[in-house]
Amino acid sequence: MSIKKFVVGCFTDEQVLFSAIKKVRSSGYKIHDVYTPMPIHGLDKALGLRDTSLHTAGFIYGITGTLTALCGIGWIFTSDWPLNFGGKPHFSLPAWIPIMFELTVLFSAVGMTLTFCYLCQVAPFVKKHHFHPRATDDLFVMVLECTPKNNEADMSSFLGGTGAIEVNVQEAETGWWLGTYDKDRKPFEKKKASLA
Amino acid sequence: MSIRENFETPSRFKTWSYALMGVGALSLIVGYILYGNVDHGTHFWSALLHNGVYFLLVVNAAMFFFAASSLAWGGWQISFRRVTEAISASVIPIGAITFVILLALVFGHKSNIYEWLDRDIVKNDEVLKGKSSFLSPTFFIAWSVLTIGLWTIFGIKLRGISREIDNAPITIEEGKKYIFKSTIWSAVYIVWFTLTVASVTPWLWLMSLNAHWFSTMYSWYTFASSFVAGIALITLFVIYLKNLGYLEYTNDEHLHDLGKYQFAFSIFWTYVWFAQFMLIWYGNISEETIYFKTRFEGAYEGLFYLNLTINFLAPILIYMSRPSKRNYATVTFMSVALLFGHWIDFYQMVFGSTMKDHVPMNLFDFGIAAGFVGLIMWNTARVLGKYPLIPKNHPFLKESIIHYT
Repeated sequence: MSIKKFVVGCFTDEQVLFSAIKKVRSSGYKIHDVYTPMPIHGLDKALGLRDTSLHTAGFIYGITGTLTALCGIGWIFTSDWPLNFGGKPHFSLPAWIPIMFELTVLFSAVGMTLTFCYLCQVAPFVKKHHFHPRATDDLFVMVLECTPKNNEADMSSFLGGTGAIEVNVQEAETGWWLGTYDKDRKPFEKKKASLA
Repeated sequence: MSIRENFETPSRFKTWSYALMGVGALSLIVGYILYGNVDHGTHFWSALLHNGVYFLLVVNAAMFFFAASSLAWGGWQISFRRVTEAISASVIPIGAITFVILLALVFGHKSNIYEWLDRDIVKNDEVLKGKSSFLSPTFFIAWSVLTIGLWTIFGIKLRGISREIDNAPITIEEGKKYIFKSTIWSAVYIVWFTLTVASVTPWLWLMSLNAHWFSTMYSWYTFASSFVAGIALITLFVIYLKNLGYLEYTNDEHLHDLGKYQFAFSIFWTYVWFAQFMLIWYGNISEETIYFKTRFEGAYEGLFYLNLTINFLAPILIYMSRPSKRNYATVTFMSVALLFGHWIDFYQMVFGSTMKDHVPMNLFDFGIAAGFVGLIMWNTARVLGKYPLIPKNHPFLKESIIHYT
C-alpha cells in the first residue's frame, strides 16, 4: 500500500474530544480516524460517518439461510427421499420452521462476522499500524491526514490548541500487511537509541 | 430548555373519549337486547369477557413496563415515564369492570362459557373432577380478587413512590435511598405479576374456557400478546403528547427504543405462539389438538392467518429497518395495527372456545372495544393532567435526556 504522513493528537476527555472534532471538521482538515478504548455514543455522528450497511448484509445472509433450508429440506423430503413420519404430509412446513430458523441464524451470524472482519480489515496474521499504544488503554487518539495543501506544523499547533495533551507527526502505512509489527517497532527503537 | 409541566386535555380528545364511552354503553344495552338471551347469551358474555380481560391485561402491561424498567435501573424511560404511569392507573376502573363481568359469569352459572361451572357435568367427568379444586367458583373468585386487588394496591404504591419527589430536589444520598425503595417495590410487584399474568390468571380466565385442554405455554403466550399491545398503547400516547408539544425530552431515540420493544416482543410472541402450536401439531394427540381443531381448520382459520400476518409478518417486515422505527407515521400505524392484532388474538382465544361453529364478530364486539378504548383515553388524560408530566427530580432524568441509541 502507500505510506502517508499523519498528525496524531491524544485526548483524555470525551467532552474535549467532541469539541475538537467539531473544530477540526469546520476548519477543513481531513480526519483519518479516531481511535478510542471503548465505544463512545455519538462519535460516529460527530465524525459525519454514514450508517453501516452491515445490517443489510446480515438481512441478505439471513434470507439466504432461510431459503437454503427451505429448498434443501423441501427437495429432500418431497422428491429425493420421502419418508413417512407418523402419517404427516411430506411437505410439512411447521416441522421445518425450527430448521429454517436455525439456518437463518447460522448464515447471518457467520456471514456478518466475516463481513465485519472484512470491513475492519481484521484477520489472523493481518497487521495494521497503531498510531498510539495507549489508544487501547486510556487515550482518545485523533489522526489527521496530511494533504499536499496543508503543512504539518500548522496542523500540529491547531490540534494542540483544541486541547490535545500530546501531538506528534507520523509517517505510516495506511493499509494492512502480513507478518509482524516490525514497521511499528521502529519508532520505539529510535526513542531507545536517543535515550542511550 | 423550557418544559411544559402540566398536561391540559384538549377538548376534542375529551369529546372523543366521551363519544367512545357512549358507543360502548350503547353497544352494551343494544347487545344485551339482541344477544343477552339468545343461546344463553353466549355471544354477549364472551364479548364482555374478551374485551374486559384484554384491555385489563394491556393497561396492566404498562405497569409491568415501568416496574421492570425501574427494577433494571433503566434510565432511558424516565422522560415519558408519567405516560406509562397514567395508562397503568386504568387498572383500577377496568379491573373493577372485569371483576364484575367475572362475578356475573360465575354467579350467573354461565356453563356455556365456563364448562366447569356446571356441577352435573363435573360429577360425571373424571378429568374435570380431577381439576375441580382448581377450577371451582371459590378458587376462581378468590384468585381474581387477589389478582385485581393486588395490582390495584401495588399500582397505587408505585405511582405514589414516583410522585413523592416532585416537590423538592433531592440530594445524592436521598436519591440512592429513593432508587433502592422504588427497586424493591417494583420487584415485589413483578413477583406478583409473575404469579398472575405469567402463570395462574390466564389459566383461570382464558384457558379454562376449554376445561379439558391445557398448554404449559398458554400464560407466556397471553403475557407476550398483552405486553406487545401495552407497549403499542404507550407509544401511541407518547406520540400524541409529542404532537401536542409536550414531552420535550423525549425524542427519536426514545421512539426508536419503543419501536425496538414492539419489534422484539412481537418476535417473542411468535416464538411462544409457534412453540405451542408446533408441539401440539407434531404430537398429534387428540386431547391436545382439539384446541386447534376450530382454529387451524375450522371456522377460525381466517382469523388464525390474519393473527399471524398482523402480529408477526407485519412487524418483522416493517420494523426491521432502523429508519422505520424512527418514523412517527410508521410507528403510529404499526402501534394501531398491533393493538388491533392482539385484540384479534384474544378474540380467537375466547370465541374459538365458546362459539366454535362460526365467527360471530360484528359491530357489537367493536362497540364494546370502543367503550374500553374511550375509558382508557379518558382516565389516562385525567391522571396525566393531575401530576407533572416529567419527574424533574428523578436521579435518572439526565440519563434519559442524553439517551442515544
